[in-house]
Amino acid sequence: MSKRNPVILALAAFGYAILYIPILIMIIYSFNSSRLVTVWAGWSTKWYGELLKDGQIADAAWISLVVAFWAATIGIIFGIMIGYALARMRRFKGRLILSGMATAPIVMPEVVTGLSLLLLFISMEQIIGWPAGRGLTTVIIAHATFAMAFVAVVVQGRLSDFDVSIEEAAMDLGARQPWIFFTITLPVIMPAVIAGWLLAFTLSFDDLVIASFVSGPGSTTLPMLVFSKVRLGVTPEINALATVIVAVVAIGVVLANLFTLRNQGSDNNK
Amino acid sequence: MAQRLKRYLVILPPFAWLLLFFLIPFFVVFQVSLADLRLQRPPFSPIFDWDGWWPTNFTGDLENYWFLLEDSLYINSYLNSLKTAFFSSLVCLAVGYPIAYVIARATPNWRNTLLLLVILPFWTSSLLRIYALIGMYSTNGFINTSLLNIGIISEPLQLMNTDFAVYSAIVITYLPLMILPLYSTLQKLDEDLLEASSDLGASPFQSFWQVTLPLSAPGIVAGCLLVFIPAVGEYVIPALMGGPGQLMIGKTLWTEYFNNRDWPLASSVAMIMLAVLVIPMMWLRNAQSARD
Repeated sequence: MSKRNPVILALAAFGYAILYIPILIMIIYSFNSSRLVTVWAGWSTKWYGELLKDGQIADAAWISLVVAFWAATIGIIFGIMIGYALARMRRFKGRLILSGMATAPIVMPEVVTGLSLLLLFISMEQIIGWPAGRGLTTVIIAHATFAMAFVAVVVQGRLSDFDVSIEEAAMDLGARQPWIFFTITLPVIMPAVIAGWLLAFTLSFDDLVIASFVSGPGSTTLPMLVFSKVRLGVTPEINALATVIVAVVAIGVVLANLFTLRNQGSDNNK
Repeated sequence: MAQRLKRYLVILPPFAWLLLFFLIPFFVVFQVSLADLRLQRPPFSPIFDWDGWWPTNFTGDLENYWFLLEDSLYINSYLNSLKTAFFSSLVCLAVGYPIAYVIARATPNWRNTLLLLVILPFWTSSLLRIYALIGMYSTNGFINTSLLNIGIISEPLQLMNTDFAVYSAIVITYLPLMILPLYSTLQKLDEDLLEASSDLGASPFQSFWQVTLPLSAPGIVAGCLLVFIPAVGEYVIPALMGGPGQLMIGKTLWTEYFNNRDWPLASSVAMIMLAVLVIPMMWLRNAQSARD
């Protein structure tokens, strides 16, 4: 196929259009001054004001932020360990099981993960008395589990094209593990680690299904609240909330991209 | 010796975590799926008693599984989920392929921007993107109001709670997961091969059909499976956009658990779903290790 086949370009444009048109319309309607979603009554930012005043949304957003922070942080620590083990330790007992357990959470249907963890928590509570009921802790555990799987994949990928000779040089000069890991390996793979943390954070912040199973009273996350509101219909307030979240994600992704490009640029100049 | 100890310090903690919070839960689900429903807390009967460390009086049975086979509701849910996931993967492929193709062939500057535009929705909450789509489709949503105002239709179209709504929502939600693996195989494709094929007299269409398409097969397989697997278990889309008669297995499991409080039945629904998805999951794993 030629480089600029108009049919293919048109098809690709159609694909981008269906990805973006719903979001763009939602953003525009978040600035509609009318409560009716159908009638355009002029530009206004009053729904953003309403959003700030809504205590329920603020509480849920805070819970989601706390959960996402801890899930991503636990996920990154264990994810690095898994990625390191799989990329660097060629042979150990249980390697196959570890790599299976580390990739399966990524493709597991959320309803299955949610139900299975919930039943585990209930059984554990019966047998050892922990965790007592469901709440923040159980949601963090559930999210950290799939977070470490995503981080492990990113870190393993980064470590497999890592120049081992730097580590070997350090070892020849008398350095020992874990010193080598913290002073050489970790700084080099840091961009991948940060990307993994952000991915884990985002996935946790967005999760509805797993959180619905394993959360308890007082740990309603933002997606759970949004879902219950969306069931009742489209509201300008949710339009505003969604616009804020989309804006934050867009700024983050664009900044990360610029950062990567600049790094690549400086690498090429060397 | 110290070396080995260090290794186990790295391996054991995440191993233990995943064992406890990922693998063992499936055995718990399996055990509950063999139990009977009862009106207590928890709402299922234990399938054995503990005699010290040994289980005795095993009372589990496959009753829940027989029930799933007898009641057409469950079979229809599975079949409809598989059908919906299958056809939406195909539509996703048809929509995603041209995008991946254009990105792979674009100049470096354009490539970066176009790729960014695919990654951006991937990072945005799927719930919010589905919500945005509801704003388009609902009776007083954007599409209907616009068409009514222009005068193309005199009555609002029923877009929500239809097959169309569910399919299009799955396609839009999972489109980035289709495009990214397709792009990564197409980008590695050697352009000399295409030149060679055109030098030998192939038309652009022939070159595409006989060179590009077969060489991008690993990306096609990975992309389709990445859409198919989560689509089978999808809950949010059928719950928000499907009609009441639209059965999908994720929604059925949810209803059994949250509305009917029938934990043993929900567990057996989950076990069968896993059994159905094991083959595509293994296939995806092989496809991905072949791609690297």
